[in-house]
Amino acid sequence: MSHTFLEQLWIARYVITYGIGVTVSISLLAIFAGSVLGVFVGLALVYGGVVLRLVVRAYTDIIRGTPVLVLVLASYYVSAAVGLDLGPFSAGVLALAIFCSSHVGEIVRGALQAIPKGQTEAAKAIGLTFTQTFTSVLWPQAMRQCLPAWVNTAAEMVKASTLLSVIGVAELLLRTQEIISRNFMSLQFYFLAGGLYFIVNYGIEHFGKYVERKTALPS
Amino acid sequence: MGYTLNFAAVWRNFDFLLSGLALSLGLAVISILIGAALGLVVAFALTSKNRFAVVPARVYVTVIRNLPILVLVLFAFFALPQMGLRLDKIKSFVLVLSLYSGAYLAEVFRAGLLSIPRGLTEAGLAIGLTGMQIRSSIIAPLMLRNVLPSLSSTIISLFKDTSLAAAIAVPELTFAARKINVESFRVIETWMVTSALYVVTCFLIAAVMRFVERRLALPR
Amino acid sequence: MAKTILDIKGLRKTYGIHEVLKGVDCAVREGEVISIIGSSGSGKTTLLRCVNMLEEFQGGTISLDGEEIGYRVDGATRRRKSEKEIARQRALTGMAFQQFNLFPHMSAAENVMLGLVKVKKMTKPEARAIAEKWLDRVGLAARTKHYPGQLSGGQQQRVAIARAIAMSPRLMLFDEVTSALDPELVGEVLQVIKGLAADGMTMLLVTHEMRFAYEVSSRVIFMNQGVICEEGDPKEMFVRPKTERLAEFLKTSSFN
Repeated sequence: MSHTFLEQLWIARYVITYGIGVTVSISLLAIFAGSVLGVFVGLALVYGGVVLRLVVRAYTDIIRGTPVLVLVLASYYVSAAVGLDLGPFSAGVLALAIFCSSHVGEIVRGALQAIPKGQTEAAKAIGLTFTQTFTSVLWPQAMRQCLPAWVNTAAEMVKASTLLSVIGVAELLLRTQEIISRNFMSLQFYFLAGGLYFIVNYGIEHFGKYVERKTALPS
Repeated sequence: MGYTLNFAAVWRNFDFLLSGLALSLGLAVISILIGAALGLVVAFALTSKNRFAVVPARVYVTVIRNLPILVLVLFAFFALPQMGLRLDKIKSFVLVLSLYSGAYLAEVFRAGLLSIPRGLTEAGLAIGLTGMQIRSSIIAPLMLRNVLPSLSSTIISLFKDTSLAAAIAVPELTFAARKINVESFRVIETWMVTSALYVVTCFLIAAVMRFVERRLALPR
Repeated sequence: MAKTILDIKGLRKTYGIHEVLKGVDCAVREGEVISIIGSSGSGKTTLLRCVNMLEEFQGGTISLDGEEIGYRVDGATRRRKSEKEIARQRALTGMAFQQFNLFPHMSAAENVMLGLVKVKKMTKPEARAIAEKWLDRVGLAARTKHYPGQLSGGQQQRVAIARAIAMSPRLMLFDEVTSALDPELVGEVLQVIKGLAADGMTMLLVTHEMRFAYEVSSRVIFMNQGVICEEGDPKEMFVRPKTERLAEFLKTSSFN
């Protein structure tokens, strides 16, 4: 067996690439589904009736009080038990999407509630309906407010994708462990995996700052 | 579907779950205490004017915050022995969670430090206090009061991160739950109860933090 | 003749490329009450803050009771003293700030006691006795256990003055101590300062309160663009200013 890291890395190049691919798809699916769901959660918390708000609040409190790993494990085992043939990938993504939705819901709620009442009053004064007010006045402002926290949540999702290795999804971390079990180069390959995750997250952080700058209002 | 809820298996093993929870709390308390001490030092370093303090502190915080904690947990337990550092499961996890906590708490404390008016430091200097005296008697006590809300949510988050210890078979709550799950097949009940235990514990931690906040609040 | 407490020679300070103090000479004798006036940017606050090394200075010397402040000058070489040394020197002066800067997590008494315990190494009972004496002196005997958040602006500033004076400084520095106060609270603070002056405390005040400067100061220094433009007895200066700039300044200020 060839004994340098670079040689082993070359041998493992496809495995690592597939791992990265799976990590990326888990992350993107979870972020997308979670954000869409999260917007509805946020809207429900701000504009819903008493009953709806209570139900949704209970939902977010339970989700946010539970560790993500527990959500992933629960999703995997429970879905199998109730006959939903999800498989580890879908079960894992579902768990992450639900987790993401609770965070995004809080972010959206916070952003909408931070908009001064005067904005809605001014919109009413010129005769806009609620839907018009929301789409033209409230949401554009809320979106800007959400951006930093949302980018943060997206980075959290990438980090959380590693948890799916625990239920056997062949994302980057599990692939790394497979490689190490063959060539015993724990140090080197964990460093590599760490480095890759670091680059992705750091990139997300900077991309977020770039978008923030581009969408900022002129001052 | 034919799945009827039956909590018997879970109640039978309830004390097993509780001892798991106790271990989770123990891991959290130790790691957060070490992390807080580390985070305080790092936060002062991050806001210092000395480049030899700021740069290593910034590197530490940026690297840890951008890495998945599971990678750190596995690295510490499986890869560190290759560098000569062989720790048992629990010590290895506490090491990771402490370093992890330190990085996150450093950011919380840093935000707190930035909110303290410069005039207070000057007043301390004017009566002849040294930098160390000012940091310990004036800055740190004020900063801790300021950051209690975000400190509370960070602590709760770090407590939930103890579940990662299950990945290296530390018998905390999530590991205990998984064991019961596998042995009894009562999946829904197991995870419902486990989740409930975590949620209630987080709720209690938040309540304790709110109590602390009220106690430390300055009279107006 | 009274002893010289503070001796400033050729003081120079720059902020980057901007020269804020361009060679200031000033001697303060024991018991003098000196008001420093001037428009913003004239360097008056910077001058005050150099005396207790809250600002660094690049040229000239400041001597307090014969001791060089901040830097050791050995012919051509100039070395900054150690932090410990500078902290010890700062305790020789007392400063009251525009924003009071009371420590919000300590009661009035504890604010005054902190320096006594940590710097003068007194025991808590000793420090408490001194703190209560000075708080009584500034009229706040009934408020020793109150926290800054429970005190009005004027009361906070009086605690701040007590905090500085309790350290038995050789020289008191007042940095626009009434500028941040509501008009009706200014009087109580000026009263306290007048009382301290009457007791013989040596003081350097940066102030906008022209009437106060006129009534209480033994000497007034008018600064403009980093130099001392005119100085002397306020009763002479304010009525018969010798320079154009002082005349202009007096016209635009509240004095008449």
